[in-house]
Amino acid sequence: MDLTYGPEYNAFRAEVKAFVDANIDQQPKPGDGPRSPAVRAWQAKLIRNGYHSRTIPEAYGGYGAEPDIIQSRIIAEEFSAAQMNTGFSGQGISMLTPVLLELGTEAQKQQFIRKTIHGELIWCQGYSEPGAGSDLASLTTKAELDGDEWVINGQKIWTSTAQISDWIFCLVRTEPEAPKHLGISFLLFEMNTPGIEVRPLVDMTGAANFNEVFFTDVRVPKDQIVGQRGQGWQVANAILGHERGSLAPPDAAMSRLNGVIRLMQQETIGGARAIDNPVFRDRLMRLQGRVMAMQYNDMRLLSARINQNQDTKLAGMVVKLIGTELRHEIECLGIDVMGEIGLSYGDNPYLRGNGSWQYQYMYFLGLIIGGGTSQIQKNIISERGLGMPKEPKLATSGA
Amino acid sequence: MEFGLSQEQILLQDSIARYLKDQVPLDEVRAVAEDPERDQPIWHGLTELGLAGLIIPEAHGGVGLGLLDAVVVGETLGYHITPGPFLSTAIMAPSLLIAAGQTDRLADIAAGRYRVGIALSEAVGARLDAGMAVSDGRLTGKALFALDAMADAYIVNGPNRQLYWVDSEGPGVTRTLLTTIDKTRTLCELKLDQAEATLLTDDPAVLQAGLDAGRIVQASDSLGAAQCMLDQAVAYAGQREQFNRVIASFQAVKHMCAEMASQLEPCRALIWYGGHALSEGNDPARLTVCHAKAHLSEVAQFVARTSTEVHGGMGFTDLVGLHYWFKRIGANRQLLGSPELLREEAARIQMLVA
Repeated sequence: MDLTYGPEYNAFRAEVKAFVDANIDQQPKPGDGPRSPAVRAWQAKLIRNGYHSRTIPEAYGGYGAEPDIIQSRIIAEEFSAAQMNTGFSGQGISMLTPVLLELGTEAQKQQFIRKTIHGELIWCQGYSEPGAGSDLASLTTKAELDGDEWVINGQKIWTSTAQISDWIFCLVRTEPEAPKHLGISFLLFEMNTPGIEVRPLVDMTGAANFNEVFFTDVRVPKDQIVGQRGQGWQVANAILGHERGSLAPPDAAMSRLNGVIRLMQQETIGGARAIDNPVFRDRLMRLQGRVMAMQYNDMRLLSARINQNQDTKLAGMVVKLIGTELRHEIECLGIDVMGEIGLSYGDNPYLRGNGSWQYQYMYFLGLIIGGGTSQIQKNIISERGLGMPKEPKLATSGA
Repeated sequence: MEFGLSQEQILLQDSIARYLKDQVPLDEVRAVAEDPERDQPIWHGLTELGLAGLIIPEAHGGVGLGLLDAVVVGETLGYHITPGPFLSTAIMAPSLLIAAGQTDRLADIAAGRYRVGIALSEAVGARLDAGMAVSDGRLTGKALFALDAMADAYIVNGPNRQLYWVDSEGPGVTRTLLTTIDKTRTLCELKLDQAEATLLTDDPAVLQAGLDAGRIVQASDSLGAAQCMLDQAVAYAGQREQFNRVIASFQAVKHMCAEMASQLEPCRALIWYGGHALSEGNDPARLTVCHAKAHLSEVAQFVARTSTEVHGGMGFTDLVGLHYWFKRIGANRQLLGSPELLREEAARIQMLVA
């Protein structure tokens, strides 16, 4: 057991700290939109100094460093400690870019990666459909080849950022005769192509965090496919695994829990502070213990990635399930300690924390469902983690 | 950076697990349940493996390992619901004696010549009329639920958290076995009437060191016992057939097992860190220990109940023996501080209690 990163990283941490200190006053302001010059310039600066797209080759616009998990961790720690803007995120950067690096053609890498990481191309992800949620592989949006073009018809749902995206990476059925997992392809196309309609989907928070996207005879050049025809499912699965754990980072949960502690020290019930109520205090401590377990679990996973010497399959599989449910409960306690004040939302003058307690409470219910529901996670944990058999298929169900 | 067990720790765990599987199977546990004194030959075997001196420095005849190693061993003993006084004799007593600077008894403990009981429950949460009074260096009073009814001596706390050594055979000492649900370890009422006692320390911090060590190892015992119950549930569900299918293929059963695994697996890292932090004096060691024991008590209780349910009616019988694990987990929950008391202590450590 050695929890230090080693003295060889001291110089690197000093370097990151120096960058943070020198630039903390130059980061974009909260109101600057994703296409503003200030945000673009900041992004370019982060990449140039190796604090974004660190391991993406220089030939594709990245910084070109060798992968080093501890260096990445130190950057994240120092930026987080200073509350420094970490640059663009989004599905083009977190999900599409790794796929293109692994499976894209040289032309695709040249065309997309530099612009994507610099925030010049914003992407959305077209996976889920009204009839294909947990059973994603049963998706029916189809693409038929007509000369040199795919012709796409169908509908996607839960498409975040579709209304502001330039391009979409999209799963479509191209081989209707093949078994369902082998008939899907991974296409890339522009969101301003004729025949695409985006409708905002207002959710329980009152915001439109997602959209519905409709395709009617959308014509897309034939070569805008990643991997071969029929391999789209394998491509998508490689990156879905990446998405799951990152939905519920334990350090963010601990940060919210510390927010609940401050809230409990400020809010009063009948003149007494919430923290002095032993029932609330017990709920708080119970959550703290659970978050602590997830933080150390995270360190174990980090160590296993660095040293490649431990079987942490199960420890990794449970992060999405436990992390999202834990976060939902933390937000719930934040509301409960405020009582009626906890109901405040929108323009209510008694609002606390900009309404984040109610918003996050609802948002994390969304994340319990999204990115593979808790029930799907339990299937995965029991089958792949514990080796239990799959539920037998009904005779009437599809292939 | 290395957050995990070393090769040596994994080998240690494997070798003890092999020994327990061969030498202390469930039938041996049943024999101890019938006759508590049958735990002595089991303990003797474990002392030959070095377990009594596990955390005692080599200079005093021990193995000289740390609390992370103790946690690894504790998990293995919990997995096999091994009877005997490991927690009291091998963990808490040496921790207390070392912290008190009283090293002259360590060699006898390491050699397996002494079983040392722990009568500290009045320092955690005194019940009824338990408690000790001191006059002229002699102790009068009673301790409830002292660990190990067959110890050669006890470490007893006085009214101001000072610690005394009391020989079991000394004048004025009477012990009564207190029957509990858990038959794998014994508890007793220790009554002292003007009993001779040797003051070990009057520094109240020493008691805390012993409690911390005991709690983290107790938590690892629950982790091991719960892991075994989960493994048994998965194995049973994989062979039990109903409606022409193994019940492991029913989603309702799979999800019960997935819930057990997903709550239990992150506990491993929490326990490891607790043991490591105590050994190294890292922050936040005491907070981690309080949370580790409280959290493990909750998770293990959930696993104990859920695993029994996966076994259906058989889980409720004596035949399968699952209840020995259920009861061990239940006992661990109450001993050395229930989850509610420990969470309040965690709040106090952070100065959240007015």
